[in-house]
Amino acid sequence: MTHSDKPVTPHNPPVINVRGLVNRFGPVVVHQDLDLSLEQGEILGVVGGSGTGKSVLLRSIVGLKRPDGGTVEVLGTTLNALSEAERSQIERRFGVLFQRGALFSSLNLQENVALPLIELANLPREDAEHLARVKLALVGLPPEAALQFPESLSGGMVKRAALARALALDPDILFLDEPTAGLDPIGAAAFDQLLVTLRDALGFSVFLVTHDLDTLYAACDRVAVLSQKRVLVVDTIDRVAETQDEWIQDYFHGPRGRAAQRAHNALPTITNLQE
Amino acid sequence: MPSEWIARHDESLTLQGEWTLANYQCIKAELRQQHISQATGAISLAAVTRLDTAGAVLIVELIGIEKAHSVSIWATELPKVQQALLIRIAEAMQVPLNVEPPAYSRINQALADIGQYMAGLWAQQRQLLAFIGLVIATLFYLVWQPRRWRVTASVAHIQQSGLNAVPIVALLTFMVGAVVAFLGATVLQDFGATIYTIDLVAFSFLREFGVLLAAILLAGRTASAFTAQIGAMKSNEEIDALQAQGLDPIELLVLPRVMAMLISLPLLAFVGMLSGLAGGAMVSSLSLDISLGQFIATLQKDVSVMHFLVGLSKAPVFAFVIAVIGCLEGFKVSGSAQSVGEHTTSSVVQSIFMVILIDALAALFFMEMGW
Repeated sequence: MTHSDKPVTPHNPPVINVRGLVNRFGPVVVHQDLDLSLEQGEILGVVGGSGTGKSVLLRSIVGLKRPDGGTVEVLGTTLNALSEAERSQIERRFGVLFQRGALFSSLNLQENVALPLIELANLPREDAEHLARVKLALVGLPPEAALQFPESLSGGMVKRAALARALALDPDILFLDEPTAGLDPIGAAAFDQLLVTLRDALGFSVFLVTHDLDTLYAACDRVAVLSQKRVLVVDTIDRVAETQDEWIQDYFHGPRGRAAQRAHNALPTITNLQE
Repeated sequence: MPSEWIARHDESLTLQGEWTLANYQCIKAELRQQHISQATGAISLAAVTRLDTAGAVLIVELIGIEKAHSVSIWATELPKVQQALLIRIAEAMQVPLNVEPPAYSRINQALADIGQYMAGLWAQQRQLLAFIGLVIATLFYLVWQPRRWRVTASVAHIQQSGLNAVPIVALLTFMVGAVVAFLGATVLQDFGATIYTIDLVAFSFLREFGVLLAAILLAGRTASAFTAQIGAMKSNEEIDALQAQGLDPIELLVLPRVMAMLISLPLLAFVGMLSGLAGGAMVSSLSLDISLGQFIATLQKDVSVMHFLVGLSKAPVFAFVIAVIGCLEGFKVSGSAQSVGEHTTSSVVQSIFMVILIDALAALFFMEMGW
């Protein structure tokens, strides 16, 4: 719905460019000659059945897994060719939200978000914690939550706090691994909305691994389908949904897919409102 | 000097340049320097070239939340996306963000801490006794049902905590045996009673050191492993999953570990005694001119089997205490990684403490009994 709000400018080079990626675990080949690119300022949804290597793809792009072949180019540089220090400079411009939040359990939420601000942006603790509290409020957490520890939080609150931490340094690329899994539908819708607003305001690009059809319709500019060890198709959601492939048809035109599509079509889009 | 970020004409302010995280501190310093805390007059944002959340926070603080909300009215020249960001930030900052933890006076806090610590200590002992009771009850209940014995799990734990510990136990007791023999020789030489070094090594290892050293090693090596294993399962909700399926974690997790320790520790204590004696024998033959034959002959003549039995009788008790403390601390772990560390430390400290305490009490008892 917001696709037209921020048109993808074709002349800008893609922020992520994956070419011929190969990933193996022992004899199991997860990716074979996988190509994918993420354009400046877009939200790219990555879907695929369980075990198609969505999370592995994310991990190879952020550099947590060394690919067994192919190149991963991020922000114009090949990550694997860089030295440790140069790499760290690039990785600083990433924000990653892990599937289960991965908040530091020995720090409270405010300290969790303030940590990158103190360590990497060199802010004094007071300022960092102030900004951290704003970020926590921005993702919709109540002020009392700032002093709580991750173990005392619900799954949804952990997700929000993890997003706040991923946003701490105002990253250029945001990687989200199943951000709406475990959220209630209201929370999930608010999350989609929040993501679009922040993207529009801050202009970052989003690599979004998800299973949530509503998120695909509400937030994603393009959708990439992972299947048969590569990217089967990548395009706008309506066109992807039309692709003749058994899994895609089941996925987008199954009972849940139809419901999400109906909900999407019923809503007035922002562009319509503006006209 | 014209500033990079703020230009001032009387009451009106013009904000310009990059209002980003990288410049956060500089902008803040400049606001302080120019004594601007709240913008009262007109304000222009047209010249702001870049804006991120950190910069937006500064702007919202500067112009106030009310005014930030109506940014689309008075700052039409600002791009739509940046207006949206300012409004978002203003919404987020609407509620007071500073929450102070409740503060108590120092004396009250100290008293509360002491009270809490004592109550915790008491609760811990009660918990340990309750857990021991639970384990023994389950043990007696299952003794009559051999089909439910977890033989495979027990054997696996015997391998990990018993068999794999043999080299380190043997090496350590061998060296302590040599040290004791040297000590004995030094002291006894003055009385011309060097030959009693054999008795010294034999008594100390059969009655005390063999079993005590093995128990302390296992307390460090195995109690910590038990705590970390069960603790990790606890924080992964595996224990809850067992219970929800009607399975008994005591039967599945604790009993195999307790049984493994009950079997391993006496055997390791025996290994410890033997290699302690070997250490003593080596020192005796190499530097005290007591031949190996003489050493063994004296052992057989002077040292009754009673001492061996006294020493070995303590092993099952130590084994039970170490295993139970290790498992219980594992069950006490809560979600965080820090908690796993705290409880692992606590299990090692507690089990070593208990082993030495029981050993001291047992020494008193055996002495009074004349055994």
